[in-house]
Amino acid sequence: MLFYSYFKTLVGKEVTVELKNDLAITGTLHSVDQYLNIKLNSIRVVNEQKYPHMLSVRNCFVRGSVVRYVQLPPGSVDVELLHDATRREARGG
Amino acid sequence: MGSLQQIVLPALDQLSPPGLALVEELDKVLLVQLRDGRKIIGTLCSFDQFANLVLSDAKERIIIGEQYAEVPLGLHIVRGENVVLLGELDAAREPPAGLLLVSEAAIKQAQRAEHEADKIKGTLRARFDFLDDT
Repeated sequence: MLFYSYFKTLVGKEVTVELKNDLAITGTLHSVDQYLNIKLNSIRVVNEQKYPHMLSVRNCFVRGSVVRYVQLPPGSVDVELLHDATRREARGG
Repeated sequence: MGSLQQIVLPALDQLSPPGLALVEELDKVLLVQLRDGRKIIGTLCSFDQFANLVLSDAKERIIIGEQYAEVPLGLHIVRGENVVLLGELDAAREPPAGLLLVSEAAIKQAQRAEHEADKIKGTLRARFDFLDDT
């Protein structure tokens, strides 16, 4: 639940999602759910020529199970806050 | 703490059931990318928490180089585990710029040609593999 909550704090920020098939998509984080499925708005594919089918897509839904990395905007990671939330979660709320 | 953000852990009884994010996409025309690389375009009729999908008027869009074609499939049910991504098709960007619509026969031929080229590349690589052993 921690990462779900954490990703919710990033809604509205620009992130890059790299998928297990090497497709990398940059877009504004619109929403996340408990499976860490991700919805992105105003997307831009990093290697556009290689994935021409994505040219006509602006908003997309990515299934959580195919995500390899989520690259976060620099400065958006508050390590202290994460430490704290991790301990709270480990204690059970 | 000195931070404006707060990671709030939600109480379990306040959580909405997961996997409902696709409600907003119902009745829209979507491009579904599958794990095997295929792209299916269709209207989303139904879904569940696994992202199992029911698509009506589905068609497969095959893109080879600068050519593309659409093969009608009818009503399709996609098992969720095969779904990579669902994209909302922007009518203003359809058909995709720089791509030329060709017939189904032409794209199938291009697909075969590409497949053959890949196979030849594969055998060449296999033949030259011994060079790496030294």
